[in-house]
Amino acid sequence: MLEIRQLAVNYRGVHALEQIDFRVEPGELVGLIGPNGAGKSTLLKAMLGLIPTAKGTIKYCNCPLCQHLERVAYVPQRSQVDWDYPITVWNVVMMARTRQLGWLRRPGAAAKAIVHEALDRVGILDLQDRKIGELSGGQQQRVFLARALAQQADLFLFDEPFTGVDKKTEAVLLEVFDELRSAGKILLVSTHEWGRSLDRLDRILLLNQCLIADGSPQQVMTPANLQQAYGVSLHQPINRDAGADLFC
Amino acid sequence: MLDFLVDSWKYEFMRNAIAIGLLVGILCPVVGSYLIVQRMALYGDVIAHAVLPGLSLSFFLGIDIAIGAFISGILGAGTISWIRSQSRVKVDSAMALTFSSFFAVGVILISVLKNNIDLDSFLFGDILGTTTIDIYRTASVTGLILVSVWLFYKELLFYTFDRTGAEAMGLPVKAIHLGFMAAITLTIIASMQAVGVILVISLLVGPALTAYLLVKELHQMMILGAIIGAIASMGGVYASFYFKNIPSGPAIVIVSSGLFVLALLFSPSQGILTQRFRSF
Repeated sequence: MLEIRQLAVNYRGVHALEQIDFRVEPGELVGLIGPNGAGKSTLLKAMLGLIPTAKGTIKYCNCPLCQHLERVAYVPQRSQVDWDYPITVWNVVMMARTRQLGWLRRPGAAAKAIVHEALDRVGILDLQDRKIGELSGGQQQRVFLARALAQQADLFLFDEPFTGVDKKTEAVLLEVFDELRSAGKILLVSTHEWGRSLDRLDRILLLNQCLIADGSPQQVMTPANLQQAYGVSLHQPINRDAGADLFC
Repeated sequence: MLDFLVDSWKYEFMRNAIAIGLLVGILCPVVGSYLIVQRMALYGDVIAHAVLPGLSLSFFLGIDIAIGAFISGILGAGTISWIRSQSRVKVDSAMALTFSSFFAVGVILISVLKNNIDLDSFLFGDILGTTTIDIYRTASVTGLILVSVWLFYKELLFYTFDRTGAEAMGLPVKAIHLGFMAAITLTIIASMQAVGVILVISLLVGPALTAYLLVKELHQMMILGAIIGAIASMGGVYASFYFKNIPSGPAIVIVSSGLFVLALLFSPSQGILTQRFRSF
């Protein structure tokens, strides 16, 4: 179980997050929704210890999460990756085994089998020897999904995985989310995308520096809550295009 | 043709120069590969300039120049990190200010302390003046760094490709960062005799960059870079031997840069001219 209590994060002199409290049980797929600057990425990074917290605790199975980082798989935003790095798809995914292998060890048959399976699961096994810079946006996202799978973690944090991906990749992502959820994993997915994919989520945390709402998609995505989060009047019916205006 | 190469081997200074040239030609591209993929190429240049105050003080105090240079280089790297953490100043500006200031302090110290440093040979290299001690020092550094790269290859790969992801998985990123700073500083100290501090950046970056245009993966970049680096070093050594007025550093740089231009134009996968021919 993942438990966040009274979390506050100050980032560059700003109260990026305040009074964040929530719990996630195994087998839950949770979405983090909010406008730009709401603190979605900040929350994920604070959970991993990449940013210091001002207050609060982050616990996984009653231990501080930072003591169990090998159990957490983090999939960063695609824009933060160096796609010109000279490395093949296979070796990016093999990175996931770095800690499990331990210092001074080389990947053996077991690690290779795990990587093989992860690549196959997301449908890019045939691309394993390609340089990552030669891939399309959707294929790149799938490389990082494969890396998260190969880590065999229990907790998965996805930072805007749906941004700029094609339909096939979106479908693969949603299928893998379903499988992981059925296998009792915890998934936190931050996203700008609204629409059909929101219904696949078990829960939504609506965020704008503080937690505005926490519940099922139907409970959370009400005009009142969205008004509070986005500060925009949303009395007209929302279709996808209008939604897109809200986050640039 | 073979005489041309082998004739000079009867001189000890030439054998020393070849030895150190080979060591440095292999060491610099390996370390330089990591600089290139992390977009930190200029860090090498900064540390190369930052060692000068340390060199001067070591001479004055009578201690091994490597110690002074090492401390001075690390202080330079530390100053940049400190400036960035305390202000809005970006890394390129912090580097520019730091390296020029350290270098200026070094030059002033040299004239005030009246060191007998042959400044020219530290700045531009004097490979034909290599002593046995220089070779031992460079060989130790090369051995240490190559073994470390081999032992910790997968952790370093992860760190240099995706530092955030590595930290998220629990790798000791601060320790690795310090290790890199130390490795760059040691590499520069090991290369001072051959190429000089002003141009060591070329040997750090040139051969590895040439390899970058030709291969797919980091370890290939290091191996091919080492081969190219060794060729460039040998080119510089022989140029220095046969043309007495040419200092070794610039000669090595010219060979290295020439090979880079060839790769830039003719690389099978991304050469400028090969791509033009393909579109005909």
